[in-house]
Amino acid sequence: MKTSSKLDFLEKLKHHIDNQIQKRKSIHKPILIVSAGTCGRARGSLKVVDSLRKEAKKENLRDKIEIKITGCHGFCEAEPNIIIQPQNLFYQKVEPRDAKEILTETIINKKIIERLLYFHPASGEKALNEDEIDFYKKQMRIVLGDNALIDPTDINEYFSIGGYSSLLKVLKKMTPEEVIETVKKSGLRGRGGAGFPTGSKWEFARRAKGDKKYIICNADEGDPGAYMDRSLMEGNPHRVLEGMIIAAYAIGADEGYIYIRDEYPLALQHITLAIEQAKEYGLLGKNILGTQFTLDIHIAKGAGAFVCGEETALIASIEGRVGEPRQRPPFPATKGLWGKPTTINNVETWANIPHIIDKGWEWFSKIGTNGSKGTKIFSLVGKINNTGLVEVPMGITLREIIYEIGGGIPKGKEFKAVQTGGPSGGCVPKEMLDLPIDYESLTQAGSIMGSGGMIVMDENTCMVDIAKYFLNFLRDESCGKCLSCREGTQRMWEIVKDITEGKGKEGDLELLETLAKAVKDASLCGLGQTAPNPVLTTLRYFRKEYEAHIREKACPALQCKELIVYYILPEKCVGCLLCLKNCPVNAISGERKKPHFIDQESCIKCGSCLEVCPPKVAAVRRFTGREKEEVIKGAYRERAKS
Amino acid sequence: MNPENQKVFSLIEKYKNEKRALISILQEIQAEFNYLPQDILRVVAKTLNVPLIDVVGVATFYRAFSLKPRGKHLITVCLGTACHVRGGPKILEEFERQLKIKSGETTSDNQFSLETVACLGCCAIGPVVVVDGNYHAQTNIRKVNLILKKYIKKEKKK
Repeated sequence: MKTSSKLDFLEKLKHHIDNQIQKRKSIHKPILIVSAGTCGRARGSLKVVDSLRKEAKKENLRDKIEIKITGCHGFCEAEPNIIIQPQNLFYQKVEPRDAKEILTETIINKKIIERLLYFHPASGEKALNEDEIDFYKKQMRIVLGDNALIDPTDINEYFSIGGYSSLLKVLKKMTPEEVIETVKKSGLRGRGGAGFPTGSKWEFARRAKGDKKYIICNADEGDPGAYMDRSLMEGNPHRVLEGMIIAAYAIGADEGYIYIRDEYPLALQHITLAIEQAKEYGLLGKNILGTQFTLDIHIAKGAGAFVCGEETALIASIEGRVGEPRQRPPFPATKGLWGKPTTINNVETWANIPHIIDKGWEWFSKIGTNGSKGTKIFSLVGKINNTGLVEVPMGITLREIIYEIGGGIPKGKEFKAVQTGGPSGGCVPKEMLDLPIDYESLTQAGSIMGSGGMIVMDENTCMVDIAKYFLNFLRDESCGKCLSCREGTQRMWEIVKDITEGKGKEGDLELLETLAKAVKDASLCGLGQTAPNPVLTTLRYFRKEYEAHIREKACPALQCKELIVYYILPEKCVGCLLCLKNCPVNAISGERKKPHFIDQESCIKCGSCLEVCPPKVAAVRRFTGREKEEVIKGAYRERAKS
Repeated sequence: MNPENQKVFSLIEKYKNEKRALISILQEIQAEFNYLPQDILRVVAKTLNVPLIDVVGVATFYRAFSLKPRGKHLITVCLGTACHVRGGPKILEEFERQLKIKSGETTSDNQFSLETVACLGCCAIGPVVVVDGNYHAQTNIRKVNLILKKYIKKEKKK
C-alpha cells in the first residue's frame, strides 16, 4: 500500500495545515464576518459587503481590517448579519447605509451601535454577541458552527480550522476496517431520511465483491422547507468532501458523485470550486497524498424531480435515465451505480464524519439519546419568530426548539402543530410538545425525522389544507411507476380538495384511510410508502377539523377560500380607503370616512384588504360556516336598506 | 449542416458521445436554446444512438426541462411548505391573474413565463419569488404588480 513518498506528502500537508492554523491565530486586526448564504444574499448581504469595502477605502482602513464573506450562520431572521471580531459583536439586519457608521464608530472609535444589536423580543434586553441570544444558547453547533468561521471559497481557510486533519489521521494511522469500526461505534445514522446506521452501510459496501466501487453524496435536498444541506455545501463544502474521501478510503471506492439540486446555484458553485482546490492539493485524484488511494469526484446536476432523493432513483438519474426507483434488494451497497457496490449518504451525514474521526466515537456517542447519536440540524420555518437553521443534540424536546430557540409564535398566536420530515412526514400536535426528538419518537408520533424540516403552524393554518398541499406535491412528484402511488395520491388529493371546497361527504374520511393504507402497503419506494403520512397524521390529530369542513362547511382556521368570506364590519370601519385602493379586482366600494363594502360576487378572496387594514382598526374579518352565510345575507340586507 | 445542429454536435462531443450524459447534455441544450426544440431532440437521439422515446422520456420526466419556448423573463414562485403557510399560493394566483396565464405557461407576447418550484430553501424570507435569478423576499399580493412593472419598464427602456 505504501509508497516511499507517502510520509513526505502527509508531513508536508500537516505542516501546511499547522501553518494555516498559526496564521489564523496571528491575525490581530478586526475581522468583519458577513453571513452570505443564498438567503443572506437575497436580503442584500453582498450589497453590505460592497458598501463596507467602499467605506473602508475612504477611511483608509483597507489594510487594517479584514472583510470575510462566509456561508450562512443559520439565524436567517437576522440577515444580513455581521460578526465583528475580536469582540464577537453581533450586528443584525445591517443595511448598506450602515457601513460607514460601523467602520467609524465600531472599528475606529470602539463604540457599539445599539441600533444594530439584537434585542430580545420578550424582555427587551440587548445581546452583544451570539452567545447571549436565545436562538443560539441551546444549540450545539458541531457541524454548522464552522460556517461562521471560514470563507468557503478558499481551501486555506478550511485548513486554518484544522480541515483535512481527519483525512490525514485516517491515511496515516487507520486501516479501512478501523475507520468503519469507528463510524459504527459512534452510532451515526443517516441524516437524509430513514436513519440507517452509516457504519453498517459502509461495511456492506466494503464487503461487497467487486474491484470497482462508488460513493455518492445525495445533495438532492428535495423536502420543501429543509435547507441545511444547501447551507453546508455553500458554507463548508470541504467538510463534505473530506467526509466523502474518508468513506471512499474505508469502503475502497475510487470514484464518486455529488448529485446536487439544480435549484441551488451557489452550493453548486462552491462545491465545484472545492473539488478543484482539493485536486490542486492532491487530496483528490490519483495517488492521494502519495498513497495508493485514488479518488475522483464528479458533479451530477439534478433536473428537478423529488423522487430522485430516493437512492435507486438517484442512481438511475446519474446514469442518464428517467429517475424511477427500483425494487430493493439488491441494495446499492451490493448493486448500485452501473451495477457496482455503492455507498450513498446525504450531505449532513458526510459532514459529521471528519468530526467523528477527529474527536473519536466515544465523544460522539455521548451526545444524543440511546438510539440516536449526535446532533441534528433542523430548519425551523413557517410561523415562528426566529426562523433559521438550528443544530441541537438528539433528544431535545419540541418545546425547547420552538419556544426557547425559536422564540415562539409571531403575533401572539397559538401554536397548533409542527410538520416534520417533509412530504413523507407528518404533523405533530401541541399535545406532544414535550416529545424528545429522535428517530424513534418521531416515527411513533406518525411522522419521521426525514432531512430535518420543521414547519411550524399556528391557529391560522388549516390542517386539511396542509394535507392537500402535500398530496398535491406528491401526486405531482410521483414518478408513476406504481399504480398505488400514481393513482392513490391523485385520488386522495381529489377527496381532500373536495373537502376543502365544501364538497366533502360523509364516508370521505374512512375512504381516505382505506386508500392511505393501500398506497402505503402497495408502493415500491419510500415516496409511495410514506405518501399517506401527512393525511394520516392530520386525521389522527385533527379529525375534528376535517369534520367541520365536511359537516358544517366551515374552515376553523379561516384559510380555505371556498369556505370563508371577507367582510368589513361597518361599525369598525373608519373609511380610510386603504383596502379599497389595494383591492386588485375593485370589489370594494365606499367613500372617505364612510364604511366600505365588499361585493362578494367579485371578491377573489385574496386577503389584501385584511392585510392592509390597520391593526388598531381591524375592520376586516373572515367568517366561515353558518356565520358566513349569515354575513352574506345580512350584508346585502343592510346594503339594500341604505 | 445548419449552425444549430453544429452546436449540438459539439456539445455532445464534449461528453464523448456517452449515453449516460444524456441529462447533462439536455441541460446544456436548454441553457443554450432556452428550451428543448423537437428537432434537436431528434439529433440528440440519433447522435447518441438511443431511441427517441428515451430522450423524450427524460425530457418530460424532469421538471427543469421545457419542451416549449420560454418567455424572456422567467418568474418562479416558491410553493415550499414555509412559503405555502405564509401565503405563497395567493401570490401565484395573483401572477396568474395579472399575466392572464396559468403556471407553466408563457404570455402571448413571449415576455413572461410563470413557473413554480417546490422549495428554494430560503424559507426565512418567504413567500419568495425569483425573477431571472433575482430573489424577491417577503412578497405579498401588492408587491406582485410592482415586481411585474419593474420588468415591463426594463423592456420599454430598451
